[in-house]
Formats: sequence, C-alpha cells, structure tokens
Amino acid sequence: MSVGQALPHESAAEHVTGHALFTDDLVHRTPHVLHAHPVCSPHAHARVTRLDPSPALAVDGVVRVLTVDDVPGVNDAGVKHDEPLFPDEVMFVGHAVCWVLAETLEAARLGALAVEVDYEPLPAIVALTEAIEAESFQGGRPVVARGDVEQGLAAAAHVFSGVTEMAGQEHFYLETHASLALVDESGQVFVQSSTQHPTETQEIVAHVLGRESHAVTVQCLRMGGGFGGKEMQPHGFAAIAALGATLTGRPVRLRLNRTHDMTMTGKRHGFHAQWRVGFDDDGRLVALEATLTSDGGWSLDLSEPVLARALCHVDNAYWIPHVLLHGRVARTHKTSQTAFRGFGGPQGMLVIEDVLGRCAPLLGIDPVDLRRRNFYVDGQATPYGQVVRHPERVAVAWDQVVSTGEVVRRREEIAAFNAAHEHTKRALAVTPLKFGISFNFTAFNQAGALVHVYKDGSVLINHGGTEMGQGLHTKMLQVAATSLGIPLERVRLAPTRTDKVPNTSATAASSSADLNGGAVKDACDQITARLREFDEGRDLPWDDLVREAYFGRVQLWAAGFYRTEGIHWDSTRMTGHPFKYFAYGVAAAEVEVDGFTGAHRTRRVDIVHDVGDSLSPLVDIGQIEGGFAQGVGWLTLEDLRWDESDGPGRGRLTTQSASTYKLPSIGELPDELHVALLEHAHEDGVVYGSKAVGEPPLMLAFAVREALREAAASFGPEGTSVELASPATPEAVFWAVQRARGVTCTG
Amino acid sequence: MTEPQITVNGRSRPLVGTPDHTNALDFLRGLGLTGAKEGCAEGECGACAVLVARPDGDGSRWTPVNACLVPALALDGQEVVTAEGLGDPGDLHPVQAELAVRGGSQCGYCTPGFVCSMAAEYYRPDRSANDEPDPEHGPNGFDLHAIGGNLCRCTGYRPIRDAAWALGAPDPTDPLAERQAGAAPAVAATRVAGFARPADLAEALALLAEHPDATVVAGSTDWGVEANLRGRRASYVVAVDRLPELRGLSTDGVVEIGAGLTLSEVEAMLGDTVPLLAQVWPQFASRLIRNGATIGGNLVTASPIGDLAPALLALDATLVLASADGDREVTLAEFFTGYRETLLRPGELLRAVRVPTPLAEHTTFRKIAKRRYDDISSVAVAIALDVVDDTVVRARIGLGGVAATPIRARATEAVLEGRPWTAETVEAASDALANEGTPIDDQRASAAYRSAMLGNALRAWWAAS
Repeated sequence: MSVGQALPHESAAEHVTGHALFTDDLVHRTPHVLHAHPVCSPHAHARVTRLDPSPALAVDGVVRVLTVDDVPGVNDAGVKHDEPLFPDEVMFVGHAVCWVLAETLEAARLGALAVEVDYEPLPAIVALTEAIEAESFQGGRPVVARGDVEQGLAAAAHVFSGVTEMAGQEHFYLETHASLALVDESGQVFVQSSTQHPTETQEIVAHVLGRESHAVTVQCLRMGGGFGGKEMQPHGFAAIAALGATLTGRPVRLRLNRTHDMTMTGKRHGFHAQWRVGFDDDGRLVALEATLTSDGGWSLDLSEPVLARALCHVDNAYWIPHVLLHGRVARTHKTSQTAFRGFGGPQGMLVIEDVLGRCAPLLGIDPVDLRRRNFYVDGQATPYGQVVRHPERVAVAWDQVVSTGEVVRRREEIAAFNAAHEHTKRALAVTPLKFGISFNFTAFNQAGALVHVYKDGSVLINHGGTEMGQGLHTKMLQVAATSLGIPLERVRLAPTRTDKVPNTSATAASSSADLNGGAVKDACDQITARLREFDEGRDLPWDDLVREAYFGRVQLWAAGFYRTEGIHWDSTRMTGHPFKYFAYGVAAAEVEVDGFTGAHRTRRVDIVHDVGDSLSPLVDIGQIEGGFAQGVGWLTLEDLRWDESDGPGRGRLTTQSASTYKLPSIGELPDELHVALLEHAHEDGVVYGSKAVGEPPLMLAFAVREALREAAASFGPEGTSVELASPATPEAVFWAVQRARGVTCTG
Repeated sequence: MTEPQITVNGRSRPLVGTPDHTNALDFLRGLGLTGAKEGCAEGECGACAVLVARPDGDGSRWTPVNACLVPALALDGQEVVTAEGLGDPGDLHPVQAELAVRGGSQCGYCTPGFVCSMAAEYYRPDRSANDEPDPEHGPNGFDLHAIGGNLCRCTGYRPIRDAAWALGAPDPTDPLAERQAGAAPAVAATRVAGFARPADLAEALALLAEHPDATVVAGSTDWGVEANLRGRRASYVVAVDRLPELRGLSTDGVVEIGAGLTLSEVEAMLGDTVPLLAQVWPQFASRLIRNGATIGGNLVTASPIGDLAPALLALDATLVLASADGDREVTLAEFFTGYRETLLRPGELLRAVRVPTPLAEHTTFRKIAKRRYDDISSVAVAIALDVVDDTVVRARIGLGGVAATPIRARATEAVLEGRPWTAETVEAASDALANEGTPIDDQRASAAYRSAMLGNALRAWWAAS
C-alpha cells in the first residue's frame, strides 16, 4: 500500500539534478520571447501627472510599452476592484505604472529607465501606529464576542493590560514571481505562471483581456516555494505577460528580480494588539478583551480573511470564558499585505502567548503550568462557537513532549547552569498549538480531480492543487495508487492546469491534501466501482481487467469532486463552525542567550505534532520542520524595515534584498531536533484519516520565542516580566536583557 | 589566441559574443542548463552555485562559486560542473542520492545549488572521519559552513544536514575525484571587446593606463552585485585575480599575502599562522563568497562593514600598491580616506597585504550580526594586545560598522596602553570603546546597540579569558 509510506518527494530526483523545470526555466525553450520590465514609483503616495513612454521606444531592442491605454478589459489586478493594474495614483514605493517589453531583459531595463513619469507627491502613511493614529482603516471591522468581558474582568483576581506589536514577514520563496504567456495556435491565451491559484490567475487574465475564462488557460508546473505569497500576487504579473503576448503576438516573459519581488509584492501582515486580560487566583483565564489592527498595506487583498483567522486564533489552545475581540485593517502606503502560512493565525496566537508569557511571572506561576492549566477540555467551545473536538490531544502531546524531552530534568540543569553563569543564560519553554483547518469562507472548501486509466493500465491524474514543495503531488499519487490498488509507479501526475480541472480553490489554508485528496479518491472510487462490477468477482489482474473493461465499453476515466461537509460560517456575526477539525501540536525549545550581545542559539527542540494518520510521513515531517523553521525566522530573525522618516526615501522598504533581509540559514538549525507524529490520531471524515499539515507547524516556533523571553528574564531578579519585541533579533533580546537587569536603555 | 570558451560538464561552450556584463549564471541558463537558479542575484542564497576547477597545489579543487556574480568571460578557459553534470535522475551522484532520499528537497529550487556546495565538501581532500562531531562538523568531517551560503526556505535544513553527514568518501575512480589529481586549467589570457584578463602585472598596469575608466575586478563579488542589482555597467573590465604577481604568500619575517588570492586560499595557506585571521574566516560571509572574493578586492572596495579590515587594522597591516612607477607601501589605517574611498590612484593596483611580525600575543575578533552564518556585521571589533608583566604595552583595535570607513579605536588604545591588564582597565577601556566612531541607525542595528556592542566587546573577551 502506498498511503502512509515514507516516500521522498515525487520530483526529488529531478530537483537534485536540476532537471525539474520551473516557469522561468521555460524561457530558454521558447523562441522569440520578449522580456518585461516594470517602471516603478519612487514615491509612497503620488498622483501620476504625466507618463511618456516614447523615449523608451527609442532604446535599441524595446518593442512596446504597456500602459493603461492598452487594456481592452478591466484595469484591475485583483478581485475586489481596488488594485488597478496600471494606476494613476501610486500607493507604495515600487508600484508599477507601466511595463516595457523588449528583445532582451537588458533592453527592457534600459527602456524602463527611459520612460518619463511625472508625479505629484501626496501625504503617505507608513507606520502602522501612524495609521491607527490617523484612523486610516479599510474593509470590515469584525467583532468576536462571548460572555461579558467587563463583568469577567471585574470579577477577575488579577487584571493586566498591555500592547503587543509584531512585525510582518517576507515570503522569500527562493523562486521569485514568474509568468510566461503566449497565444497558441488555436488563439487560446496560454499562461505558464508560478501561482498557487491558477483559477484566479485565469480569471484576472481574462478580465484584463476582456475575454471569457474559456479563452485563457493557466498552467503551473511547480513553484519554487509559495507560502501564501503566490495566492493572490501572481495575477497581475500574469495579466501583464498575457496582455503583452496578445498585443505583440510574441511570447512574453515576466520574472521579477529579488528587489522587485520584495518591493512590489505583499507580505505577512504586521499586527498591533491592545489587550486587557483577567485571571483567577489559580491562573485560569477569565476574560480577554483585545483590539487587533493589521497593517493591510495599500489595498485589501486578503486582509479581511487574514484578520478573521487571526481573531479565530487568539484563543489558541486555551479556554477563555469571556471574550471580546475587535479587528481592524489599517491602510498604509506599503505593499498590499497578503496570505502567508498561517494566514493571520500566527498573529492572533502570538497575542495570547505574549499575554501568558508576560503575565506568568506577575502571577507567580511557572509558564509551563500556566499554559497547561488553561487548555480546552471536552465540551468547551471557541469564542466563535465551535465546539473543540479532541482537545485532549493537546494534553497528550504536551505530556509526551515533557516526558520524552525530559523537560523537568533539563529545567533543573538549566537553573544550575544559570546560577553558575553570569553572562550566559538558558531557558526551556513549552507551547501548544491548535489551528483550525478549512477555509473560513465555506465556498472555497471544494475541489476537483481528473483521473484517466489508459488501456495499458497506466494512470494519469490531474487535480486542482498546485505543488510548491509541500509534497501535495506526492500525496495525491499515493492516494490514487492506494485507492486503485495499484503500484505507485503506474500512476503519473500531470501539471496543474485550468483546462483540466476548472474552478479550483487556491492551494492554501493547508487543506489541499484534504480537498484534492478527497476529489482524487472520489474519481478513483468511481473507476474502481465500475471495474469491480465488470470483474464480477473474477479477480482479474489490473492490466487484464482494464483491457477487458475497455472492450466491454466501461468508462475508464472519471472526474472526482469533493466538498467539506458540516461546516458553516456567519462572517457578519463571526460565529459558526468554520473548521472541519483542529490540528494540534506542542513544542519544547531550549535556548541560550549571550548577555553581552543578545545573540542566541537554539540548543534543542522537541515536537509532537498531530497530522492524523499520516498520508506520507517523510513529507509531513518535512512540513513540520520547515514550518517550524519559518516560524523561528519570523519570530527571531527576519526583520522587515520600512523608511518611516520624513526624508525622500519615506515608505521605501530598506530590507529589500537577501543581504539586508536575513532568513534562517543552516546556522539557525537547532543543535538537536526531535519530531514525532502524534499516535492514535485518526481523523474521521478526511482522506485516509489524515490531517492537514502545511501551516500549523509554523506556530510551534512560539516555544523558541517564549524560551528567549525566559532566558532574558533570567538576567534579572526572580519574577521579572519581560516584554520582548517581535522579531526577537539579537538586538531585541539584548534590550530585553537590559530591561530585565533594570538598566535604563535607549533602544 | 584561442577563442574564449568554457568547458561545461565536459563540453566546450563558446563565449563568443557574450557581453562583459553577462554573468555565468545567465550564460549557463542560456545554454539550457537551467539547474542553477537566480534566487537573489547578489551571492546571498547560493541557488546559482556551480563548481569550478581551481588550482590547489599541483592539483585542482572543485570549488563552488556563485555563478550570478562572476562575469561569464571571467571563466574563459575554465572547467565548470553544474548539478546536471554531477548526475542524472536515473543515475544520481552520491550527494544527490542522499539529498533525494532524505527529503532534502521540497520545492527543489535551491537544491541544485546545495548539491554543488555539498559536492565540493564531499570531494574536499582533507575531509576525513571525525571522532568528535559537534553541531557544525559531522562524523564524516563534513563542515556545515560549506553550505552556510545556501539558503533553503522549505526544509528547515535538518534533512540537508543529515544528508551531508551521511556522505561517505568518494570512490577513487569517481571522475571528479580523479580530476582533482590533475592541474587546474591554465589561466586564459582573455582579450575581447570590453573585457581583458592580462597575463601579468605589467600588462595589467599597461591596460589600466590605456583604459583609465576601466573597472578592475577580481572575484567580482562586489562588482557582480552592482551590475546585477543596480544596473552598473563597465566601459572596460580588467580581471586581475589570476595575475601571478598577486598570488604569492610568504610568512618569512613579515607575512605577505598576495592581493589576488581568494579568502579561501588565504585561509588554507595561512592556517593558524595569524590566529586573529583564523578567527575571522568562519564569520566572514560564506564559503561560496570566500571562494570568489579576494583579500585585495575586500580592501579596495573600502566597505565600512568589511570584516577583514578591522582585523588587519588591529594587526597594523600595510598595503603594497603597484603602478607603472613602481611599488609604494601605505598603512591600512591611512588607506581608507572616506566612504568607499581610498588612497589608490588611477592606474594603481593593490598587489599585496603585509602583516608585520611578531604578532600581538592576545587577539580576538568579535562580530555582531543578526544571523550566525553569512551576515553583514552591525559591528565588528578586532583587538590585538601585547601584555608584558600584566601591563598592556601595545593595543591595536580595528572597528567596522561604526563610521564611514573601518577605523582604529585610538582613544581606547590610549586608555589601554600602559595600564595593568585588569578588570578595572577593561571597564575604563570599554567605556571609551563605546564612544568610538559615529554609529548610525539603519536596518541592521540601532546606533545605541552598535555603541553598546562596542562597549561590550572587551568585557565579553575579558569574561571569556
């Protein structure tokens, strides 16, 4: 059987040899390609008063400059009609006002430099706090409420308040955005795109071109990472390439270089949260009131659903009787922030973990005990009204981590180490995770697949999900082989394209294996049922059965469909049962902090994570470890900085390259990393009892942040409560250490 | 003169018509060898890493470099191996096989670059079983710093580390292992429109006289970034990194290091001869960068945040500048005249770096950065002290990241010299050190943090000693 086997990625042999093709690798196989280069705004906010492309046309090799006058359809790169593809008012530094097409990338670059644009600068809001001050908001203002917060706080034995701020995060998929568009021999617009959402890319291309969806096909071979950054952001770039191809009759390639990618595309939302919390004498949470404001950037993009998910995850794994959560999306003159692994969940959860981490010393309760005693128990519901199923899994995972990670013994050793070392301190923290699986928006919870059995017994599958490294295709091959009862080698998977499976949802929300796996299995089950009926109990070998069935005029292919049952969501009242189930996990992290510099390293991490019955353990462990590392990057290293000065660079992203924006390298790998999958975790009603794994492990990284907080506190007297900036870079940790020591500091 | 060409995966590929600003990555991809990828175009991510056969004594070494930074023309006459050249999907190289089966690739985009960096470490002749593995060195002697310049956004690195540490020794009949026994390809004397690789120093100086606006490149790790990210273009390029006069190293009396040696070469040739420099290398950029960057290039670019300059300032280094008029020697401290400005005159080349001996007895290098491997310093502090009878008789301190140029911490040196080497002196000197330079707030660090880090450098050293 294939499902449950630990298999390498289906493209591993192609990856390691350089044979796996990505969108931009196709350029060298495509004759007569034109290259596109943007003309980008130097202003954070300005009106375009004049745009003269003619000097560009004088540059050798320049073929055409695409401007708003070229758009036959709708001048919009998004679905909310708030993202003009060619703007007359630029809204962030890097906003493209037009695109130059040329025979070479060099010519296109020089052409872009030659385009003359006049701007009338307008006031710009850059920092999130400026937006809050100016009441610059966009979109809805959702509220999640349960009980009576005022009464809860009034009755609480201990009430604390505070502000928690957290930075965003650059996706930094290694492959930047890329599209290659051409008009084929039948007049179809064919776009190869590095996109997590081929259907929406198709729809945006169609509406920009003024064509119907059936005239546009989008294919995604694979992505060199997505992480949410290619859920909405690719559409406009694909539309530019497609527009260029239709106007010139030649293939057009658009690939952002890293600088463009970082300055032009959206990121994880930074958040600001103001909170009041009440605990009883035993440290049980009684009430929480919080206002969460996300930095949405210049347009809405996915900011509203990201905010909704944030509000739905402030509780994390903890029962809070009285809750009142307000949500707002700030409008700032920055890139339009978007989906990023966790989709607001991490930001919501960071609030409660920050609250607990800060309040534990004030309550005089060990943070390990404080977290453990606030877990949901059977029968309790989330603030938005969904009963938490299997809450005991958090406790089981927790106790396993504490036991196999020898947490009690190691914390004693750490205490001894800290007593003996003045300038170096260690700490070990444990944090839980509960993450809701399904798109909050119910309609997205559907998927399709196409399965062909050929006369020779070989099988070809297509499904609506895209491969970005997460191993979805590996899992789908395993699902198909298992449900058809044939060896994995007999099944091939063809790249995702919109003319095979239409109307797909984004490969997002961790749910692609659930949804597409359900659809693949549905198609396979249909075929199996027909074959079984035809077989009439003869038990023919697969190849014989297929061949005979063909001659018996049995349909050997099927379209599969899946929709998640039992979920509903009222987005106005912010109540319902939006999630099919919750994914659980627990992490314990031990860190060491250097008091002279704030530099830190992670000595050991123990993780127990719930993936249900794993479809593909090697893939799942890869997702757990990779998600954890990305979370550690967000929380401790990756440091997005924008120019918030009043100088000429105002609004500019000052960390717009790999040399200034640092993501984890192998030096950040914990010295020891132990990952276990939670046992006895079968999930009813999901394909082969599995659970989603893409996003949740990112939030295991809170253990590292909390350990850093506790290590910093160890530099001060017993019971010191430490406020730790996010990201907790060495500098941020250094200032936290200084505050713990009682040193007044200027940082 | 032969037509310029590169041998790629055993096959000769003509360079005819390649512009001087075309980097090796774009050249290779233009051949359809799309395994090497562009991830950042500034040598930070390693997705473009390829192997080049470089001299190593009488033999050669497969040396990984960032193809995005090297002009294709700079590889004229050289041998290059890419991930495609190491193995096929049906016949994987041992490095490829280990990565594949252990889940070392997820999206696969960074993977060919990792494969090349790992293959170089796999073939490293002095790699051998290691009885005392630590978090950075595996039981097979594989040093994780070899992949410190390769970024992966998907895996979290654990399976990559496991693959690296599972590697055995190359089979003696492995053609790439065998190749290392032979000499590296001879240096080509390239001369095409816009690009020249002169054969010797005299020819280089003559070319510079002929082309006063020429851009001098060595490893191109700085120029490549300018060309890729900021669109700078040279009117004429003169490559000097293989000039024989710039590639000597002697430790007889004064330590003299040829400016054209790569940092990796200097690291290997010096060993522990200069302990302060031995401390610098593992913290200096990445192996991929050190394989390309030269010691001369690092100093001539005059970056205020270069890591080598503070160390060489603490070592009282001098520079030998060569021109048609002959050599002149200047101190490194006077060499830097302003932000990215030096005493170097038009037509002049940095030929060698000299470190006087005897070396200071007590030295330390402290680099403060956000990331442990391959980051740019917020602050770098190099300290060299001579202590006689518990008294500091001589102090030299070099600083990076706190002024427009690397600087000497002269006020702090004055506080130290003549005082007893005690905790009280360390405190007094630390207070002085915290006030050195003119640190600024930028995306790497705040000015306050930089000053605090200056102040803590001596304290941390004292506490550790």
